[in-house]
Amino acid sequence: MLDTLTNILSTTVIYATPLILAGMGGLYSERSGVVNIGLEGLMTIGAFTAVVSTLTTGSPWLGLLFAVLAGVLLALPHAVASITFKADQVVSGVAINFLALGLSVYLVKHLYDGAGQTPVVENKLNAIAIPFLSDIPVIGPSLFKALPTTYIAILVVLISYYLLTRTTFGMRLRAVGEHPHAAETAGVSVVKMRYVAVLISGALAALGGAGLSIAIGSEFNQGTVAGQGFIALAALIFGKWRPFGVLGAATFFGFAVALTLTGQLFNVTKYVPSEVLSMLPYVLTILALAGFVGRAEAPAAVGKPYEKGSR
Amino acid sequence: MKVLSRINSQSTFITSLLSILLGMLIGAIMMVVAGYDPIAAYNALFVSALVQPYDLGETLRTITPLILTGLAVALAFRTGLFNIGVEGQFIVGQLVAIIVGLKLNLPPVLHAVVAVIAGGLAGAVWGLVPGLLKATRGVHEVIISIMMNFIALYLSNALVFHWMSNGADSTPKIMDSASLRIDAVSQMFGGARLHFGLILAILAAFVMYVLVWRTRLGYELRAVGHNPLAAEYAGMSVKRNIILSMMFSGTFAGLAGAGEALGTSGYLAIQPAFTGIGFDGIAVALLGASTPLGVVLASVLFGILTYGGGNMQFEAGVPFEVIRVVFAAIILFVAANVTGRLLGKFSRNKGGDKRA
Repeated sequence: MLDTLTNILSTTVIYATPLILAGMGGLYSERSGVVNIGLEGLMTIGAFTAVVSTLTTGSPWLGLLFAVLAGVLLALPHAVASITFKADQVVSGVAINFLALGLSVYLVKHLYDGAGQTPVVENKLNAIAIPFLSDIPVIGPSLFKALPTTYIAILVVLISYYLLTRTTFGMRLRAVGEHPHAAETAGVSVVKMRYVAVLISGALAALGGAGLSIAIGSEFNQGTVAGQGFIALAALIFGKWRPFGVLGAATFFGFAVALTLTGQLFNVTKYVPSEVLSMLPYVLTILALAGFVGRAEAPAAVGKPYEKGSR
Repeated sequence: MKVLSRINSQSTFITSLLSILLGMLIGAIMMVVAGYDPIAAYNALFVSALVQPYDLGETLRTITPLILTGLAVALAFRTGLFNIGVEGQFIVGQLVAIIVGLKLNLPPVLHAVVAVIAGGLAGAVWGLVPGLLKATRGVHEVIISIMMNFIALYLSNALVFHWMSNGADSTPKIMDSASLRIDAVSQMFGGARLHFGLILAILAAFVMYVLVWRTRLGYELRAVGHNPLAAEYAGMSVKRNIILSMMFSGTFAGLAGAGEALGTSGYLAIQPAFTGIGFDGIAVALLGASTPLGVVLASVLFGILTYGGGNMQFEAGVPFEVIRVVFAAIILFVAANVTGRLLGKFSRNKGGDKRA
């Protein structure tokens, strides 16, 4: 019983991690007023780059670094299109998703002689045990003997909470997403803040994707990300665009995955088809948005291109 | 909403054409960088999509659902709505059409008609959910639609696996009475899987034209898309039009799914991931400036690129996915009106920019 509990808890943490990172990425972008449907694509490019650069350099840490750079690079066209060119942000995000999947699978086939997936990464990121804390029963092995990306994700949440609520940068970022004209009047560059936010979102989402391919898994193919970017988006909304909200929602969605994976142990899947468990995050998000699980209020200016001098 | 209607008004035939060329240029650059010959690749693509009767038939088969999903996205665009849920509406259209094709016992023709209508209705119901929530609770349709896509995917897989396949990966074939194949036509094209859905798709384009531009309802749909406040002030019900628009849009998507299920495959398999046909509809609608004729033309192009791209991989060795990048580039160029801006730069010397 204790083993099962440990198993479920650590699976929850493992699967929540990429969602936390990508969800936090979405948080920066959307709090600044730019919708980011492209999280899925940004995770994809991160997952791809992490594997290829780990295979090339031999270091998974360099893999993470290059993944972040690739995420920033791919977020750039989204920023240019939706901020500078004032394109529809959803359309631009959709294009980013097309671009990322197309580009990464194209390059995989090109680099590895037409293969559908990359070779396996031998030295992937492994769990790091924190002395003493990891000896605590149940929570020890799941929380304190976790993947490096999990520690990074928790740090990102803590730092982001501090940044957004306690610093001038955070106040400006939120102001740009709620009342861009007021922010501009107060001397904040809306365009600059939004660029920074979208690029941060690319970095974090790509980090989440890298976690999928070189920490949880150890290769990249077309199905590595498989909709996690959209679940991260759901976590962002379910978490009401707040860092700890994202943490909580992502953990809950991770728990849903853990239930489907460990369902056999509990005989859960005997009574509830695993597909129904997989549906759960999406159904809950719809209920949350419809106001049945507490109203979710988006940043006021999200999705609207900023036009100087207009109201 | 404003941004969407601006896309429609900005896109002209010339800017669309330039976006296509620029997109294909990006694809060519990617091929050159990776050491492939772009001219040979594009040549293989177009030749293998169009020359042999079988390939031509398969290209037409590829175009068919794109027209319908493109119309679905375009119709919603006209009301200022972004129906990113076409993919899910397509999936439930497939699902319900297959259920009718397998489980109901009806005479030929009538069986197919009922199955197609059922598929369309399923799409309408799937579109109703985001429409209703947008109209009554003010929730953005994009988010609900994305969630509905995943629910459709898992629902379809659950029903196929637990109910219709006896534990296999796919359902048995539907009854012949529900099939949209026309054997004589198929034989004309060397056994290609093209089917009656193509006629349905072209009819749907006419229906959309008449509905949106020739009826009072269509006028209201467009008015809401242009300026919901003014439409409300003029006595139109914005809520009602949002709901209707999403339902019509879902119907087109559901019909696309029904056509694929009853015409192309004849069965339904467990899908590990989305089909992508619904998402391609977004690209088609954007490129086609959300007009029925534009959608048909854009579908022809994307159909050729998609089907020919698969052959390009065999014949020229260039991975198919370069075509997905070309699609992405075209979407970005159209959405950001890149070519319009370029043209504006050239003509500014003569006419001058009115906004400046």
